[in-house]
Amino acid sequence: MTTPIPSAVRRRERVLLATLVGPATFYLLIFFLVPLGIVLTYSFLKRGAYGQLVWEFNLLNYVRVADPLYLSILGRSAFLALANTLLCLVIGYPFAYYIVRQERASVRNFLLVLVMVPFWTNFLIRTYAWRVILGNDGPINTLLLSLGLIDTPLQLLFNDGAVLVGLVYGYLPFMILPLYAAIERIDFSLIEAAHDLYASGWQAFRTVLLPLSMPGVIAGSILVFIPSLGAFVTPDLLGGAKTVMIGNLIQSQFLTVRDWPFGSALSMVLMALVLVATLIYFRKGGKTL
Amino acid sequence: MTTTPSVLTARRVAARERVPIQKRPRSLTDRLLAANAWLVFLFFYLPVLVLILFSFNDGRLLSHWTGFSLRWYGKLLHNEAIVMALRNSLIVAGCSTVISTVLGTLIALGMERFQFRGKTGVDSLLYLPIIIPDIAMAVMLLLFFVQAGHLLGWLGMRFSLGLETIILAHVAFNISFVAVIVRARLAGFDHALEEAAQDLYANEWQTFRHVTLPLIAPGILGGALLAFTLSLDDFVITFFTSGPGSTTLPLRIYSMVKTGVTPEINALSTLMILASMILVVASLLVQRRGGDWHR
Repeated sequence: MTTPIPSAVRRRERVLLATLVGPATFYLLIFFLVPLGIVLTYSFLKRGAYGQLVWEFNLLNYVRVADPLYLSILGRSAFLALANTLLCLVIGYPFAYYIVRQERASVRNFLLVLVMVPFWTNFLIRTYAWRVILGNDGPINTLLLSLGLIDTPLQLLFNDGAVLVGLVYGYLPFMILPLYAAIERIDFSLIEAAHDLYASGWQAFRTVLLPLSMPGVIAGSILVFIPSLGAFVTPDLLGGAKTVMIGNLIQSQFLTVRDWPFGSALSMVLMALVLVATLIYFRKGGKTL
Repeated sequence: MTTTPSVLTARRVAARERVPIQKRPRSLTDRLLAANAWLVFLFFYLPVLVLILFSFNDGRLLSHWTGFSLRWYGKLLHNEAIVMALRNSLIVAGCSTVISTVLGTLIALGMERFQFRGKTGVDSLLYLPIIIPDIAMAVMLLLFFVQAGHLLGWLGMRFSLGLETIILAHVAFNISFVAVIVRARLAGFDHALEEAAQDLYANEWQTFRHVTLPLIAPGILGGALLAFTLSLDDFVITFFTSGPGSTTLPLRIYSMVKTGVTPEINALSTLMILASMILVVASLLVQRRGGDWHR
C-alpha cells in the first residue's frame, strides 16, 4: 500500500464517516429528536376552551397527572406490566430450561421456531383471537355450558384478567428467547457439582442456575415490562372501560378529548418511567438486549 | 436361570455405565417441566387454531359449527376495502424497508469502523426509538407532522397526513432495528479479509463490493426482513400518522374488530397466518444459506 498525504487521508476518512453515519443521524434528528422536543414543549402548554393551544408555560399538566383518577390508571398500568413480567418469568423460565435440556440441537431449534411462529402473525389478530376465545359465545363458554357446569355464559372478557392473558400471550416470547440464550450458555457441570455436594434440586437452582442465568432474567424482564407498560391494543380490545391503561389514556387525550398538552405530559411521564426501568437494567450490568 | 454373582455384578456395572442421564427414570421435576412446555405450546397455538377452524365455518356465529364452507374467503376477496388496505400496507412496508435498510446499514458500518466525538450521543439516538413505547413515539410523530403541516402551509405548500407520513414514521423506528441487526453481524467480522483484498490492490469500493458486502449480506437481509415485518405489523404508530384514505391492513382489521365480529376476519387472519409462516420458513432458509456462505 502507498502512503498518501496524512491530511488527505483524514479528509477522506471524514467524508466517509459523514456518508455512513450522517444520513441516519440526520433522519433521526428530524424525525425523532425534534418530535421529542415538540412533545416536551407541548407538555408545558395549556389547552384552550376549544381544544386549541394556549402558549402559556406552566406545570399544570404534570400536577394533573397526580390526580387520584390518573394515578390509579398509572398504578394499574404499572401493576399489570409487573404482573405480566412476573407471569412471563414464572412460565417462561422452566419452558426455556426445558428447551435447553433437549439432547438434540435440531429438536431445540425446532421448538424455538414453534415459539416464534404464532409470534410472527399480526399482533391485532392474535389479540382478536383471545376476544373470540373468551367471548360469551366462544369455545370456553360453549364447552362449560354444554357440560352443564354453568347456566349462563361467564363474563371472561373486559376485565384485568383478560388484559393480563392478552399481555402474557403477546410478550411471552420476549421473555423466553433471552432466557434461552442465557441458560444455554451455562456450564451444566456446575449444577452436577452442586448435586455432588449434596445440594437439593431447589438449592442447586437457587444458588447456581438462577444466579448464572440472571442476565437473561433481566433482559427478558425489561423486554416484557417496557412494551406492556405502554400497551394500547391489548387493554383496548380485551379490557373494558374500567381497565384503561396509560396507553389508552394517552390515545383518548389525543384523539377524543383533544387535550394535546395533557396527553403530551402523560407521554413524558410514560417515557420517564421507561427510562428509569432501563437505567436500572443497565445499572444491574445486563448487556444482552 | 442361574447366574453367578460375578456375572451379575458385571452386568450391573455395565448397566449402570451404559444408562445415560436422559434414560434415567423421569423424575417429578422432569415431568413438570414437560407438562409446562406442553401447556405453553397449547397456549401459543390455541388462538391460532380457533381462528383457522372458524374461518371455514359456514355460519356467522362462533359457537355453532354449521358446516364447512369457503364463503368467508370468497367475501374477503371481493372486499375492495381490504384489497386496498393490503396494497397500502405493501407500499408502506416496501418503501420504509428499502429506505431504513440503506440508512441502517450505512450507520452500522460507520459506527463499527469509526471512533468520533459525539459517538455516545449518536448511539443513544439510535437505541431510543427501540426503547420508547409505541404510543409515545406515535404521539411524538403526530405532533411533529401537525407542526410541519402548519409550517409548510405557511410557506404555501400543501401537506396532509397520508401514506408518505406513515412511511416517514416507519423509517424512524426501522432504522434502529436494521442497525442493531447489521451491527450484530459486523461484531463477528474478520477484518483480515478486507486487508487481504486491499493487499491484492482492491480499492476501497471494490473491497466493500466484493468482500464486505457479501459477508454482511445475511445481516442486511435479516434486518430488512425484520423491518418489513415490523412495518406490516405496526398498528399504533400508523394509527396516529395516517390520514383519511391511507388505511393499512392493521388499521382495517382494527376497525373490523371494533365495529363487530365478522367471520371475514377469521378468513383474513388465516391467510395472514399462512403468509407469515411462509415468511418464517423463507427467512430460516435464507439464514441457513447465509450461515453456509459465512463458512
